[in-house]
Amino acid sequence: MEEKEKQEQEPKIVAFLCNWCSYAGADLAGVSRLQYPPNIRVIRVPCSGRVNPLFILRALRQGADGVLVSGCHPGDCHYLSGNYFARRKFALLNSLLQYAGVEPGRVHFAWVSASEGGKFSQVVKEVTEKVKALGPGRKLMKRKHEDE
Amino acid sequence: MNDLIAAIRQTAKRLLEEKKVDIIIGFENGTYPLRSSPCFIRNPDEVERLTWNSSCENVLAQYLPGRKDRIGIVAKGCDSRAIVGLVQEKQIERDQVVILGVPCRGMIDRRKVEQILGGKEVLEAEEKDEEILLTGLDFKKALPRADLLHESCRVCQHRNPVVYDLLLGEKVPESENVDEYAEVREFEAKSAEQRWDYFTKEISKCIRCYGCRNACPFCYCRECFVDNAQPQWIGKTIDSTDTQLFHLIRALHLAGRCVDCGACERACPMGVNLRKLNKKLEKDVEEMFRYKAGLSLEELPPLATFKADDQQDFIR
Repeated sequence: MEEKEKQEQEPKIVAFLCNWCSYAGADLAGVSRLQYPPNIRVIRVPCSGRVNPLFILRALRQGADGVLVSGCHPGDCHYLSGNYFARRKFALLNSLLQYAGVEPGRVHFAWVSASEGGKFSQVVKEVTEKVKALGPGRKLMKRKHEDE
Repeated sequence: MNDLIAAIRQTAKRLLEEKKVDIIIGFENGTYPLRSSPCFIRNPDEVERLTWNSSCENVLAQYLPGRKDRIGIVAKGCDSRAIVGLVQEKQIERDQVVILGVPCRGMIDRRKVEQILGGKEVLEAEEKDEEILLTGLDFKKALPRADLLHESCRVCQHRNPVVYDLLLGEKVPESENVDEYAEVREFEAKSAEQRWDYFTKEISKCIRCYGCRNACPFCYCRECFVDNAQPQWIGKTIDSTDTQLFHLIRALHLAGRCVDCGACERACPMGVNLRKLNKKLEKDVEEMFRYKAGLSLEELPPLATFKADDQQDFIR
């Protein structure tokens, strides 16, 4: 990828947010008028435990340059333990993706509670910067024509 | 070896005659040398078909999920571990199976034999303790057993069955001083680009026949995510992305369950190194969650449970 193109490109980041915390955290960031980059596309899920690793890989395949999964802090899950199970799944997915050679900065995980509007905006800023620095996603992304 | 075969036949006959089991799942001689195939016996008079040798590589536990009858099954180390996993996952009841445990010295990889012989056809194979005598039209060769083992057998740490109802034959010594994760460690040490290159190159061989999935004792889902049309998770093409996704998810689905029986790799017609991903997850699960699949009937599988202090340094 050309260096110039890398800088100009605005990455698309799919964000899976837990309805009970991070989604409300994003809302709080909004009502508090905290600025964060408009690169994320939010998908509301009932719990971070709802996020199947397939969702993340499919987002990358369908053209997302990055993925963010955000849920409740450990101990705060609305369903008591959903995020604990999610944490184990994500740990393995994260490790496997890096093992296969996918850049570590493509897929991000965060704990953001409903009262952490500031943290949410900070996380989105950091994630967007990281993904931007990597440039457009290539690995695992399906191209329309391989030789294009 | 012959004593062992006799013991298997005798036990199978007794179990069938006493109506302790409805069916015996074991091995019979295949059509070619160095080939054995799974066999299913219901009639006590047919137990003479049963055999045991170094080509009994299939993982018979694969035939268990969903069965309603009582089964006697010939189980080597990896079979027994797979059975433990299937019982944990409630695919079969423990008291439904009579496990005829057979200590295993590792199975022979025919691809390695072919490579050494340069493709010459073996017409007869005879097993000695440490050697395999191979006879063809114009050659006679004795090859050391240790060089011919499947990779999964070479690094196997559980040659003796971990659970069994009847143990046939003498226990064999477990292999020592073998680092089962040596290959994973070596791969981890490479740069990300090198790993990606290897991964894409290796996976590009895949023709999506799903042989690996079908041979796996743990891939028993009635509807696999690759067959799902609504939603269609991944394309049904051999487009590189679809194939890569298939293999990543296949490996993830086996995390904490895979017992490294090597059935996937043996089933693969294209010689994809499938264990590379499986073994990595096996190592991760062991390091992160202190769990090794298929060893204890009481323990919960690692992804069906959690600890409050699980690793989370990767989460913001």
